[in-house]
Amino acid sequence: MSNVGDTSVLRARGLRKVYGKGEGLVRAVDGVDLDIGTGETVAVMGPSGCGKSTLLHLLGGLDRPSGGEVSLNGRRIDDIGEKALARMRRSAVGFVFQAFHLMEELTAVENVELSALLAGRSPRAARRRAEELLERVGLVGRARFLPSALSGGQRQRVAIARALSNEPLVVLADEPTGNLDSAATLDVLRLFEGLHESGQTLVIVTHDARIAATADRLISMRDGAFVDETRLSGGTTGQLGALVGLED
Amino acid sequence: MGRILLGGRLAVRDLRRRRIEAALLLLAIMAATTTLTLALVLRDAASDPYQSTREATNGPDVVATTIKPTELSGLEKLASAPGVIGHSGPYPVTPAKLQASGRTSDVQAMGRDAAPASVDQPKLIQGSWVSDGGVVVEAAFAGALDMRVGDPVTLDGRSFEVVGVAVTAAMPPYPGGSCLVAAGCIRGAIPADAGVPARLLHNPGLVWLTQADVRRLKPDPGSVSYVMNLTLADPDEAQAFADATPPQSPDAPFLESWEEIRQEATELAKDDQILLLIGAWLLGLLAVASLSVLVGGRIADQTRRVGLLKAVGGTPSLVAAVLLAEYVLVAIVAAAAGLAVGSLTAPLLTGPSAGLIGSAGTPPITMSTAGLVTAVALGVTVVATVVPAVRAARSSTVNALADSARPPRRTGWLIAISARLPVPLLLALRVAARRLRRVVLGVAGIAITVSGIYIALILNTFLTTQPLAAGYDDAQVEELRRVLLVWMVILLCLAAVNAIVITWATVLDNRHSSALTRALGATPDEVSAALAAAQVLPALAGAILGVFPGGFALFAAINAITGGDSDRVTLPSLWQRLAVVLATVLVVAALTAVPARLGGRRPVTETLQAEHA
Repeated sequence: MSNVGDTSVLRARGLRKVYGKGEGLVRAVDGVDLDIGTGETVAVMGPSGCGKSTLLHLLGGLDRPSGGEVSLNGRRIDDIGEKALARMRRSAVGFVFQAFHLMEELTAVENVELSALLAGRSPRAARRRAEELLERVGLVGRARFLPSALSGGQRQRVAIARALSNEPLVVLADEPTGNLDSAATLDVLRLFEGLHESGQTLVIVTHDARIAATADRLISMRDGAFVDETRLSGGTTGQLGALVGLED
Repeated sequence: MGRILLGGRLAVRDLRRRRIEAALLLLAIMAATTTLTLALVLRDAASDPYQSTREATNGPDVVATTIKPTELSGLEKLASAPGVIGHSGPYPVTPAKLQASGRTSDVQAMGRDAAPASVDQPKLIQGSWVSDGGVVVEAAFAGALDMRVGDPVTLDGRSFEVVGVAVTAAMPPYPGGSCLVAAGCIRGAIPADAGVPARLLHNPGLVWLTQADVRRLKPDPGSVSYVMNLTLADPDEAQAFADATPPQSPDAPFLESWEEIRQEATELAKDDQILLLIGAWLLGLLAVASLSVLVGGRIADQTRRVGLLKAVGGTPSLVAAVLLAEYVLVAIVAAAAGLAVGSLTAPLLTGPSAGLIGSAGTPPITMSTAGLVTAVALGVTVVATVVPAVRAARSSTVNALADSARPPRRTGWLIAISARLPVPLLLALRVAARRLRRVVLGVAGIAITVSGIYIALILNTFLTTQPLAAGYDDAQVEELRRVLLVWMVILLCLAAVNAIVITWATVLDNRHSSALTRALGATPDEVSAALAAAQVLPALAGAILGVFPGGFALFAAINAITGGDSDRVTLPSLWQRLAVVLATVLVVAALTAVPARLGGRRPVTETLQAEHA
């Protein structure tokens, strides 16, 4: 278990999530301890059904653990009410989903500004922030497009922009390239690389070694538990980064 | 043939698969068909007591009246006219003032023989027949004045005793009735400043005395009129007989057929019928709105089936026909059920008048009634289902096979406005904007219901404050109120079901967006409030439209159709209208609270993963 000490922004201790009972009991997450430091990028890999996505949902307060603790910025979130969890999510956590999960009837800029509006920002400030983020992800020219008019990679970039809308403490990405082709995957990889360099704390669940290569730490998961942890020296400045085409 | 069998088989199987929705569809259409059946058959049901009275009293086929004693020969000639096989009278009739138990009422006093007559012998339900000094009172009139056998009464100051209470088919029961006297009669409520001649009899009742007593009341033979009752060889020719014997002079006998008397005797049922037709119309409109919501959701869930049918060679028209078939089936069942329930309950709604004997029977269902009710059921169904069915039939086969959900509608201006609102209203407006058609149907449903409430308020106030203006006694007012209550209850129940169904459809349709919004930081309460507000705000709009222009327009239409006098009614006051709007909003909020709360608390991850799968 890594110890990032006083700079932990996200911490889990003895985290568990079980479904069913008796012979049908499934331990989706089984006694996970985790510390993620500010500005750190952590990749979680493992086979399908090992509990990666469930772990992410628990860390982001989208689901309640069956046992253990989760702390965000030093404050426990596993025992707070739904209302407090929602408020926490809008200000401290950004989610990126494999299926993008954009609102089909909203344009790209309207999708991005939604988080800010939910957080109570003025429409003008929310729109300004959304346009800045779309420029950052290279989609300012597509701001008025509906999701149906965007490619998969473009949709995921809109979703990443949305996740950054309220300047979250941590961005949780669940298989962000799972539905993308190679070219789109590279675009998203570069975005995550940029986020990492800007000091954004990232937790990425992925099957994709290329994504994992951008991380500071790689955690392997199996049957709900961590089985291995590797510190990747230099992140994308290592050999793996060059192999996946992230180095010039 | 094969296609018909295919369509039928698919329709039946789909109905079996979703029984609750099929039951809701059936109930929505049946509410309209039952009320319409009641409206169409009520008068036939109400005719039974008159028929029973006619048989029991040997009721006349034609009643001939002359107000001039000098024209008595004209009456007597009628007794031997072609087609006449029997008669009784002529009997003298004179106007008088009756006083009983401190109450004064105008009456038409008819002189009869003590011996029974072959034509029109009123049937006693209490006491005995006329004797000197004894008066027999028409049953409905006796009930209205609370007179019993043995009560002392005076007629023009002369003392009499009530010796009997009887029913007759020769005249409609009180407060209806034919005018048999030269002084003339006026019925209903009379405004104080109407300037009506004092000699006119106001709402006169009917009493029978001996002929001698009548002559003692009015010694001047010139002031007495005469009545003769005729029996025809063919009673069905009575109206033709009355029409074919035009008056030779203004003083010639006036002829009234038994059909005309029955018409007036069942006048209450006619007003019941009008009320029920209003109810049936409103329920039909509401059923269209309800069905449109239910059918829209069902057809959306059948996307894959549509794709399969098209993939195996089904044309768009075949696909539309298959989709419509199950709803046509429900409509036919609803029509049959409505006809059955309506005809069986009609006797319960129309009690017999106190002036008739026997009770209302189950009326026969004629081909025209069955045809009209079925046509209405099919019409309501087709109007509600044709648009979703045709849309589904024209959808892309590939998209249908992929079971792609119909994308929500984008309403840019609503989205822009919503950004300026607090979070629950922001979400509510966007929920509504996703399915504007459903919102419009919700508004329409509430507007229809509230316009019905508006009309019910007007009618109830009218019946309460001015029953005599409509010519009714207390028992008849209660019957009209009962009829009004029946369709109001059905309307409110259907509207409530509609509101709940629309809310559930909205909650289910917004599963993904609700879960996503919560993932992005909306609290469960904010999402629940949004789902509820998405129903309450349209309900407010619908309630306001239902009062104005809905209620106003409906009332004007009813007056135009029935020839009513709108000056005689009191429109709901401003506070009553506001109370109706507020009550509607509160009721909708209460009905939608549970589905909205549940919708705001669905597990986020399960919902998002299910949508992704």
